[in-house]
Amino acid sequence: MDGYVLAQHRAHSFYPVFDRKPDAQHQTHYCPGCGHGILHKLIARAIDELGIQDRTIFVSPVGCAVFGYYYFDVGNIQAAHGRAAAVATAVKRTRPQSIVISYQGDGDLAAIGSAEILHAANRGEPITVFFVNNAIYGMTGGQVAPTTPVGAKSTTTPFGRSVENEGYPLRVCELLAALEAPIYLERVALGNNKQITAAARAVKKALEIQVKGLGFSLVEILSPCPTVWKMTPVEAQRHVRDELAAIFPAGVYRDRSKDAVPWNAPARPPGDVRGMLGIAPSNGKKPAPPGTFVDQRIKIAGFGGQGVLLLGEILAEAGMRAGLEVSWLPSYGPEMRSGASNCSVRLSTAPLDSPVVSSPNVLMALNEPSLRKFLPDVEPGGAVFYNRTALPEDCRRQDVHFILRPFTELADELGDARAGNMVLLGAFLQMSRALPLEAVGAALAHMIPSERLRALDLEALERGRQLVKEILP
Amino acid sequence: MALHGNLIVSIEECKGCGLCVEACPPKVLHLTQQLNHCGYHTVEYTGQGCTGCGICFYVCPEPGALAVYRLAA
Ligand SMILES: Cc1ncc(C[n+]2csc(CCOP(=O)(O)OP(=O)(O)O)c2C)c(N)n1
Ligand code: SF4
Ligand code: SF4
Ligand code: SF4
Repeated sequence: MDGYVLAQHRAHSFYPVFDRKPDAQHQTHYCPGCGHGILHKLIARAIDELGIQDRTIFVSPVGCAVFGYYYFDVGNIQAAHGRAAAVATAVKRTRPQSIVISYQGDGDLAAIGSAEILHAANRGEPITVFFVNNAIYGMTGGQVAPTTPVGAKSTTTPFGRSVENEGYPLRVCELLAALEAPIYLERVALGNNKQITAAARAVKKALEIQVKGLGFSLVEILSPCPTVWKMTPVEAQRHVRDELAAIFPAGVYRDRSKDAVPWNAPARPPGDVRGMLGIAPSNGKKPAPPGTFVDQRIKIAGFGGQGVLLLGEILAEAGMRAGLEVSWLPSYGPEMRSGASNCSVRLSTAPLDSPVVSSPNVLMALNEPSLRKFLPDVEPGGAVFYNRTALPEDCRRQDVHFILRPFTELADELGDARAGNMVLLGAFLQMSRALPLEAVGAALAHMIPSERLRALDLEALERGRQLVKEILP
Repeated sequence: MALHGNLIVSIEECKGCGLCVEACPPKVLHLTQQLNHCGYHTVEYTGQGCTGCGICFYVCPEPGALAVYRLAA
């Protein structure tokens, strides 16, 4: 094709290959003629044009678009049904530089997630919401949605939606336009190529508003669902144009993008909140020294009774006293005693986005089953503390640091095997230097009321530090 | 008449929905009798009259089914 240039083709922001199914590596899973596919292309195009692929985070909903993460080559999170706007809020607040997209169907946003979207909009979260209104639940096979037209049959309104029973179709743009905070609200449609061009402009504008940091933007997209509507794709497009657009008029419901001032990340809570809550003495709060970056993702695991959860709590408490962001997430076994238990702790100088630790850089394994379970997850370069002097034959790894000491037995020598967790804590503190000793001492004083036990714990802690000094003088 | 545009269809990606056939202004697309590996009758360009307007690309739901070319000015 001499003399021809490529004018329109697949957007960069799509993966080159879709891994979902071996026999459909380039196709989406959407039905022929589905509006989700059209909208995906508009979004991917806008991401390309705005140059934001490397900082976009796409929150996929429950609904037909649940597999968004197979298509968009950006950061991806899959949210529980209706919660996308809340998840997007968390992502945006912890990563203010990212461009966060909440992509939601009408079942997701207008039914189960009506509270989340209302409050996200009312708070003016500076995220972008793409709201796919196909007037039905698609994925589950055609139940009535809050947006289903009056008289329309669905599997749950077999005689047609009646106002008496199901109320009126919910008009989301009009509803949100009653709020002060939103910056941009527009309703568009995918009923023909003209409407699709207008939709492309709105999609890009909504994202641009976020790039400029102006505030909350939402585009509602009237979208064909030929399968559940039992229409051909061409008929479904006409239905969008003629029927849906009459109930949900297209148009701009709010545009304050000209007057809006760029949004800054909310200031940290004023004053000494920790001191006010009594979790740390006001004067005891030491901000982490500037320039030191801490990001400890710790998994602690063992039998119930080995002090797994308490060790996690002490770490989190000490981290808080040292001015770090912390989280502690316990996971209980089904039995109260002698069952397996584990917890996840994060200690960080940056705000935390999630308390879940799926790739720890520190593993504290107090027994063999825990080592077997979590060793494969440890990040290369991570540290593994194991409660024995040798590893099982089949549990070797070359790319992590092992600290192999019988912490429980050493504590037993000091008088109480239950203080094995404290020996391990001492070893960790000496090795990582993630926390100042005073913070740990203060945490112990707060959490272990018995003076006798505390003295034992301090002794155990010191024993653990000695262990590491012997290895790394 | 000079051909201003050209269209390449990726047969394996097309789902035969016909939205591009409906939307193409000069009506130079049609669905064939042929089935692809998913069992869809796929779209075909007659080879004459494409203006390179790109409308078919925008209405198509599949990311890579169509590539529109334009004669360089
Ligand atoms: C908490 C919860 N409740 C119910 C469901 C079942 N469910 C899956 S998809 C869906 C409706 C999705 O409809 P919509 O948001 O309109 O998206 P569409 O499939 O039409 O794109 C429901 C109710 C679920 N997955 N999780
Ligand atoms: S059921 Fe409807 S919304 Fe879901 S993929 Fe099929 S056409 Fe699209
Ligand atoms: S680019 Fe325009 S003229 Fe060419 S096939 Fe597509 S819609 Fe038809
Ligand atoms: S719009 Fe796309 S999927 Fe539908 S027939 Fe045309 S090329 Fe195929």
